[in-house]
Amino acid sequence: MNLDLTEEQEMLRTSARDFLSKECPKTLVRELEEDEKGYSPELWRKMAELGWMGLVLPEEYDGMGMGFMDLVILLQEMGRNILPGPFFCTVVTGSLPILFAGTDEQKKEFLPKVASGELILTLALSEPNALYGAVGVETKAVAQGDSFVINGTKLFVENAHIADCIICVARTKEGSSPEEGITLFLVDAKSPGIKCEVMPTIGADKLCEVVFENVSVPQKNMLGELHNSWPVIEKVLEHATIAKCAEMVGGAEASLDMTLSYVKEREQYGKPIGSFQVIQHYCANMWTKVDTSRSILYLAAWKLAEGLPATMDIAVAKGWINDSYLFVTERAVQCHGAIGTTRDHDIGLYYRRAKSTEVAFGNTDFQKEIVAQQIGL
Amino acid sequence: MDFGFTAEEQAFREELREFLRQELGPEHKGRTPHDLFSREFSRKLAKKGWLGVGWPKEYGGGGRPYMEQLVYGEEMMRHRAPAGAHILAQNMVGPTLIRIGSEEQKKEYLPKILSGEITFCLGYTEPNAGTDLAACQTTAVLDGDEWVINGSKIFTSFAGQAHYAWMTVRTDPNAPKRHRGLSMFIVDMKTPGITVREMDTMWDYLQYEVFFDDVRVPKTAVVGELNKGWDYLTTALDHERVFMGGTVAQHQRFFEEVVEYAKKTERNGKPLSKDPIIRQKLAQLAIDLEVGRLFAYRVAWLLSNGIVPFSEASITKTFTSELERRLANTAVHIMGPCGTLLEGKRAPYDGYMAWEYKFSLMMAVGGGSNEIERIIIAIAGLGLPRP
Ligand SMILES: Cc1cc2nc3c(=O)[nH]c(=O)nc-3n(C[C@H](O)[C@H](O)[C@H](O)COP(=O)(O)OP(=O)(O)OC[C@H]3O[C@@H](n4cnc5c(N)ncnc54)[C@H](O)[C@@H]3O)c2cc1C
Ligand SMILES: Cc1cc2nc3c(=O)[nH]c(=O)nc-3n(C[C@H](O)[C@H](O)[C@H](O)COP(=O)(O)OP(=O)(O)OC[C@H]3O[C@@H](n4cnc5c(N)ncnc54)[C@H](O)[C@@H]3O)c2cc1C
Repeated sequence: MNLDLTEEQEMLRTSARDFLSKECPKTLVRELEEDEKGYSPELWRKMAELGWMGLVLPEEYDGMGMGFMDLVILLQEMGRNILPGPFFCTVVTGSLPILFAGTDEQKKEFLPKVASGELILTLALSEPNALYGAVGVETKAVAQGDSFVINGTKLFVENAHIADCIICVARTKEGSSPEEGITLFLVDAKSPGIKCEVMPTIGADKLCEVVFENVSVPQKNMLGELHNSWPVIEKVLEHATIAKCAEMVGGAEASLDMTLSYVKEREQYGKPIGSFQVIQHYCANMWTKVDTSRSILYLAAWKLAEGLPATMDIAVAKGWINDSYLFVTERAVQCHGAIGTTRDHDIGLYYRRAKSTEVAFGNTDFQKEIVAQQIGL
Repeated sequence: MDFGFTAEEQAFREELREFLRQELGPEHKGRTPHDLFSREFSRKLAKKGWLGVGWPKEYGGGGRPYMEQLVYGEEMMRHRAPAGAHILAQNMVGPTLIRIGSEEQKKEYLPKILSGEITFCLGYTEPNAGTDLAACQTTAVLDGDEWVINGSKIFTSFAGQAHYAWMTVRTDPNAPKRHRGLSMFIVDMKTPGITVREMDTMWDYLQYEVFFDDVRVPKTAVVGELNKGWDYLTTALDHERVFMGGTVAQHQRFFEEVVEYAKKTERNGKPLSKDPIIRQKLAQLAIDLEVGRLFAYRVAWLLSNGIVPFSEASITKTFTSELERRLANTAVHIMGPCGTLLEGKRAPYDGYMAWEYKFSLMMAVGGGSNEIERIIIAIAGLGLPRP
């Protein structure tokens, strides 16, 4: 066993932390919460220059050819800094499906542009029925000549309002199981019939409602196999869930760090409030959640990176990290007192995001059900 | 034993409900600044004789017993009635003035509080005096016939709307014990030298910073005896207790809305209310609410019997505020991703749940943090030694 990061990973972490704390201060985070676009094109360009968008893409597509674990380290730093913008949806839920299921042509068309920062992608999966998994896919795509026509409504589509291309998960056939009959399409976001609206979520994270009304997609934009693409999405979701966990762990780490400095510095009754036992216990409990979350994140990420079966570990990770992030941010506000409840203070940014990330890729109930199945129930 | 309400108490509840339904309507959300603060509403309550329901009759109050005050608190909270314009005056300022105010102060302020004309804000907290209120650094120095106030207050609710501040100031910087050098003042918010700056809270509350720069007030600004402010401050907090118990009723209504949602919303072809996990979560909340309600009833009952409920009031506050957080968290959880929406057509209950997820941070911090409330229970209630 070796629980250390490699030297390169340490370097990636340090440089990402330095870069983000300099280039993405909380003033920018706040500004972008209110901003219509919700991201900074300038910062986006700089990130592309660092090679971040192509971090896990093979070199033949202008990527850096690094591993999933490296991406997890980077996302952890992004979560720590709550970096706004379309990195997650472009790189994780956007480029991975193409990497996993795209034809050579599709990969050549899309991936280099992802790496260079020219292209913003997003995945349209969830629907108003609020069901996780293949049962939730009700959006229909029907073949018509050499095109498909898509109809349906997708919710919580990350950054669809600025995306160039939306990967739409649609039902092309009623099968004997919900997993059957699912097909993916690379849809030009400017296609006629697409209506997009940013949803006012508690995390101000630019999740969109996207309505597809008779949207025509040429057959060549089908991604993966006809009717049989749910396994691609499953694989993407496994990675995306852990990628989201990485952001959450980063956010929890930042919340803990912020709290530790605050309780050392804030004095009441002539002493730092961090000298009061109850505050010490809160901090010890918060640290426990953060430390265990980190371990569980790395375990699942390592299994995924190594191609080992990871269903159980991913569910354990998301289930544990959901609760941990909520716990840590709630206690963090409590330790800060009233100042923590103002918009001027950074801790609230994390408190709100803990709730919005909890529901992404399966809330705790959903994860527990997977664990139950995995232990043979 | 008898856990029931009397016929009079029941009748009072019905009367209040009828009025509140008419005035506010069943859909009242009570979360925008306007919903929390409405002078018009306070005046309407005044007309019904429903400001100062617990004050003695000789001062124009309702003279209602504690149990009826509890019923009043419950109905106001249940209907999310906008109480910002009168709540502090009614629950703290008025009762304290009745006890220790001068005749002039009583004549000046009590009738106007009862008619809903004037609003008080509470200036205790300062940048360096949060939980430790005795660390107050705002000073008042006597200059001829006037006190000159310098300093600042923070997190002052409704300071931007208030006519008067009810506030602590340091009048004896040389007192051997810090809390012996404090006095309670009533300060007209229009006095030159006061500036008010709005604070930006996570849930759009009416909260302010207040700065005092050579603010000159008459000698009559002092409430009670000079340098006895600490005693008034600690007893003033007692008056809130019965009313506070009413917050459980607000959570009860919120809970009922979540239950309603679970019954009428289908997921995967089945109402949410048939999902065993959701049933368990809702059942747990129902248990918590029952427990919370009993705390509140017990506080009112103890007060009715002439007993000051230190630990019981503290536990009501801690239990209820933490219940509020669990409730908000579970509500958002049950509603699924759309539960995180703050507004818009897809937001259940117009985003009330997501807003409440933020707002539920307030009560475990404000009005005596839960950490301090637990210390009070341990030391004052259970007789444990100080650390
Ligand atoms: C099964 C078992 C096996 C054991 N085997 C051994 C052994 O082999 N050798 C040996 O030497 N001892 C042994 N012990 C004793 C053990 O180390 C003591 O129980 C332990 O050190 C606590 O001391 P105490 O029981 O006197 O509790 P106390 O020290 O009296 O503590 C009582 C309670 O007060 C709390 N407390 C104390 N101080 C503080 C503080 N400053 N802040 C907050 N809370 C505080 C404690 O956490 C505890 O909850 C054993 C105990 C058990 C239960
Ligand atoms: C919505 C809202 C409205 C408010 N309205 C008003 C108002 O109208 N007027 C007014 O005067 N104030 C108001 N307050 C301020 C409120 O009274 C203070 O927030 C409260 O007194 C706590 O002070 P603080 O926020 O500075 O926290 P701090 O005192 O800095 O405490 C920070 C943390 O340390 C803990 N802590 C502090 N001391 C101890 C100790 N000895 N032992 C253990 N733990 C400790 C606290 O419990 C808390 O968790 C309001 C606050 C809020 C949130």
